Amino acid sequence: MSSIEAAMHKVQTPAEPLLAVDALTTHLGSQAHPVRAVDGVSFEIRRGETFVLLGESGCGKSMIALSIMRLLPHTGRIVGGDVKLDGKSLRALSEADMRAERGGRVGMIFQEPMTSLNPVITVGEQVAEAVRLHDPDSRERVAARVVELFRAVGIPDPDKRVGEYPHQLSGGMKQRVMIAMALAGRPEVLIADEPTTALDVTIQAQVLDLLKDLQRETGMGILLITHDLGVVAEMADRVGVMYAGQILETNDAERFFDRPRHPYSRKLFRSLPKAEKRSEGLDVIAGIVPPLDQAFTHCRFADRCELAFDACRTTLPPWRGGDADGFRCHLEADEVRDQDAPLAPAASDRHGDDTALLDVSGLKMHFPIHKGVLRRVVGHVKAVDGLDLKIPTARTVALVGESGCGKTTVGKAILQLHRPTAGRVEFDGVDLAHVRGAELRRLRRDFQIIFQDPASSMNPRMLVEDIVAEGMVAQGIGGNRAERRRKVEQLLEQVGMQAQAANRYPHEFSGGQRQRIAIARALALEPRLIVCDEPTSALDVSVQAQVLNLLRDLQRELGISYLFITHNISVVAYLAHEVAVMYLGRIVEYGAVEAVLQHPKHPYTEALLSAVPVPDPDHERAVIRLEGDMPSPVNPPSGCHFHPRCPQAVAKCRESYPDTVTLSSGRRVACWLASEGQRGD
Amino acid sequence: MAFQPVILWTDALVYLLLVLIGLMVWYTRRHEHLLTPWRRVSGSRTGQATMVVLGFYIAVGLMDTLHFNPQTGVDDAGKPIYSTEVLSVFDVVAGPLRTQREKTYSAPFATHLFSKENVQTADGRMERIFPRLQYGGAHLDASGAGKLADIVQKGAIGAAQGVVAWALLILLLNKLRIGRIRDLLAGRRPQPWHVGAWTALAMFAFVGALWELSGYYHVLGTDKVGEDVFFQSLKSIRTGLIIGTLTTLVMLPAAILLGIMAGYFRGWVDDVIQYLYTTLNSIPGVLLIAAAVLMMQIYMSNNADQFNSLTERADLRLLFLCLILGVTSWTGLCRLLRGEALKLRELEYVQAARAFGVNHFRILVRHVLPNVMHIVLITVVLDFSGLVLAEAVLSYISIGVDPATNSWGNMINGARLELAREPVVWWSLLAAFTFMFTLVLAANLFSDVVRDAFDPRLREQR
Repeated sequence: MSSIEAAMHKVQTPAEPLLAVDALTTHLGSQAHPVRAVDGVSFEIRRGETFVLLGESGCGKSMIALSIMRLLPHTGRIVGGDVKLDGKSLRALSEADMRAERGGRVGMIFQEPMTSLNPVITVGEQVAEAVRLHDPDSRERVAARVVELFRAVGIPDPDKRVGEYPHQLSGGMKQRVMIAMALAGRPEVLIADEPTTALDVTIQAQVLDLLKDLQRETGMGILLITHDLGVVAEMADRVGVMYAGQILETNDAERFFDRPRHPYSRKLFRSLPKAEKRSEGLDVIAGIVPPLDQAFTHCRFADRCELAFDACRTTLPPWRGGDADGFRCHLEADEVRDQDAPLAPAASDRHGDDTALLDVSGLKMHFPIHKGVLRRVVGHVKAVDGLDLKIPTARTVALVGESGCGKTTVGKAILQLHRPTAGRVEFDGVDLAHVRGAELRRLRRDFQIIFQDPASSMNPRMLVEDIVAEGMVAQGIGGNRAERRRKVEQLLEQVGMQAQAANRYPHEFSGGQRQRIAIARALALEPRLIVCDEPTSALDVSVQAQVLNLLRDLQRELGISYLFITHNISVVAYLAHEVAVMYLGRIVEYGAVEAVLQHPKHPYTEALLSAVPVPDPDHERAVIRLEGDMPSPVNPPSGCHFHPRCPQAVAKCRESYPDTVTLSSGRRVACWLASEGQRGD
Repeated sequence: MAFQPVILWTDALVYLLLVLIGLMVWYTRRHEHLLTPWRRVSGSRTGQATMVVLGFYIAVGLMDTLHFNPQTGVDDAGKPIYSTEVLSVFDVVAGPLRTQREKTYSAPFATHLFSKENVQTADGRMERIFPRLQYGGAHLDASGAGKLADIVQKGAIGAAQGVVAWALLILLLNKLRIGRIRDLLAGRRPQPWHVGAWTALAMFAFVGALWELSGYYHVLGTDKVGEDVFFQSLKSIRTGLIIGTLTTLVMLPAAILLGIMAGYFRGWVDDVIQYLYTTLNSIPGVLLIAAAVLMMQIYMSNNADQFNSLTERADLRLLFLCLILGVTSWTGLCRLLRGEALKLRELEYVQAARAFGVNHFRILVRHVLPNVMHIVLITVVLDFSGLVLAEAVLSYISIGVDPATNSWGNMINGARLELAREPVVWWSLLAAFTFMFTLVLAANLFSDVVRDAFDPRLREQR
């Protein structure tokens, strides 16, 4: 207890910075042509304070964390600046001394809890190792200390869990173990590199809460690295906005959200999808991040900035304001604001007729589990278990749910990439589940798919032309080679790319451009339905806006229907007309997007929505904390699948699965409470 | 000299291999992403040096592949008569090396035989002496005096000829497109071609010296029947290369097709293919090879009239050995490819292709195959040296190539018993060892370079 008291005491004297990073410069690659991953970054973290580094992928934010820990990859080296912990330089330490600091006074949590734990050692032993190394006071009572740490990070039943292996724990639990390991050395500074990016929103809410609680108890400083403005609003005391290896703006979180000053920060906010922006389209940041293998002599954001003028392209911008709140721009803060251009209102929705283009009923997708020498079937993974869904023409239906709820499987089952176990998938009156071979191949031109990761959805060894034309060749449409080529060029222009892109390979493009190519490929067959499987979750915010705008415009022009599979609620709010919430293979709530998002009827929808971090620190929200994780689809709980985690569960919920009740205006909810009419608005 | 070209089975396959490599080069040159890893190979110093060494071996092997029957005379009707003896271009180039046979063993650079014989002297007495060699050092006087100075002088002349040949070659290449020679040799080009050029200089000088000397001496001695060991070693190069390359060539189609089919289709196709290679893999390889080769031998001795010449017969046995080695060695690659295809089939671009209605065969050819080719290439290059060594081992236990075929394995087998002699006959063994070692070492180093260049995982770490 004494250490916590001491820490609390230290919180009262916040004058000295705990961690001071001063003009840190890190290079990667060869000496002759270094990649300037971190280019003169300075910031300070005080005790009990959370400093958030916000930035898009490739801006160098993880390199800062690795530079502080001196864990850079082989090709990396710190070429300038200093990192001081409690006034002592970490750069000057010998490697042996540094090893004591790592995991000692400086703890670190990584993004992927799945790969950060050794799969063949029990989690208790892995935490115990950290205790033995970094906590000399507890060496006599390692086992007890490990249990204590497990309890501190909120792992239920810690005595039993210490003996388990990583694969027996869920993602959220693994991340808690990682945090326990980081806490083992009683760190003064905790570096968290995207600690919740790989987790679902409900789990993310748990982990962020935990970090806040631990900070309150121990008074440690936290350096949080993220790309999510929502997480920033949730956690940050102070914010630094990173771009191309530099901090462009730094400020108190409150003032930052109130009034971002750098054009880049302002653009970031304007490119976030939101329900209120449905009618106007999203602002986009044109272009891509400049390559970092050059020495900049001008503003690195100039090429993408709408406000750029001559000085921006010739001289480096000055740092305006103090160390703790300033920004790097040629313009004054007021000038930046004055020039924000209003967005052109987007065309209104084309009104589709209400006849269902796709009608899925009773869809089941069970994967058998084989065991033993004879490979007997011992059970089924019920990935999708009785799902009804209608998609009207020229409308977007969003399928929302946490990972493992079966939403991707639904998409693949509709496209017949997996053959459904049972149920009907009626597309324009034809039941796809019973069509086979060449007949099915012919029908495939009407429904297409866009995948999550544009990098892996295109064959790296094919030219863009061949990739886009592949469907046309397979379907035998598009005429001869020259005609197909013309069509490909036309498609590329339609998605906002240059026609010359056809002669290049996918790896030559950025993530957003590749996703556009993937969209062009799907459009090539003039489909009537496109299944979008998390099409923007691998993209940065600014690029996500480009893709969302494109998808929206295409729907209005061509009248395509989308099944939009995602876990990102704000994208749903922006793009979808109807939304279906999935839990453990079934739809628990379905309805028009405004109705469901504003007034959720199902307790799960409610909890899911409340867990989404909102990029506004003033936003008062009561997070409904869901206990535990989603159960396994091999043995779903009896009764309502959600009852073990439901804060409002009653006796009836344990007994039988609730019937789906249809409320006004096509709203459907599968919950006993809703059906009994006990839950009004 | 008139001649009649002869194309043996292995020759035909070598030509096929050359055509395939030519096609591959042509195709690669037009595709930037395929060219990049090869640039990494030529950008490596080890790659440059080993390519030159391998180039010498390949040149000898190819010369030895152009076979023909020489004309021996003209018949009554004026038509040419061709010998049944099959010669190769290399035999012609080597000329006297092939024909100048001593009586029996002689040490490298010796002027006298290795063992004493009873010789009748001019005055009719029988004397037991080391007789003078017929060809080795024949230009020296009877005692062989001044040999060392002569060797040094001839060696220097040969080396100088080699250097001149090298300079001519460089000039020729320069005429073609290489650019300024001084930049090239000083390493001022982006690729380390200078390493290749200097390695070539060393090789040219060394080979030139050996070649010049071999006209006057048996530089690596002679074997039991008096054949020049240097010549044997050079002739063995073709056998080694054939075993190393044709084996892979014959096993590749099966390994690739079955491997990616098993991984892509899964289900019963996978079960059948897995069953097949697991079964094959459980039969001891040597046993299978021995059985097959023995069967072949019996067939050949029963049907001797089907073969025009001994060479043809030996060639067929060599080909058969390649086949059977291929049958026993495809399983490893097949297994690798199955695993890779299992991974690829779940990738989104394969799923996307299925969503387009692309048929399975096209998916295999367009999406799966090109993305496993780097594994195939790495395996082929890595397997090469293993196969060259396997030939030596198999010939040693006399289930390898025909005893009439020159091969390092046969040389070692022949030298085996002589190791017990006192003083020991060591040169056959050493010659075979040196030639094989140089080839295998170069191939191994080269395959490391290829693997580094093609393996995407290794690339990320750089």
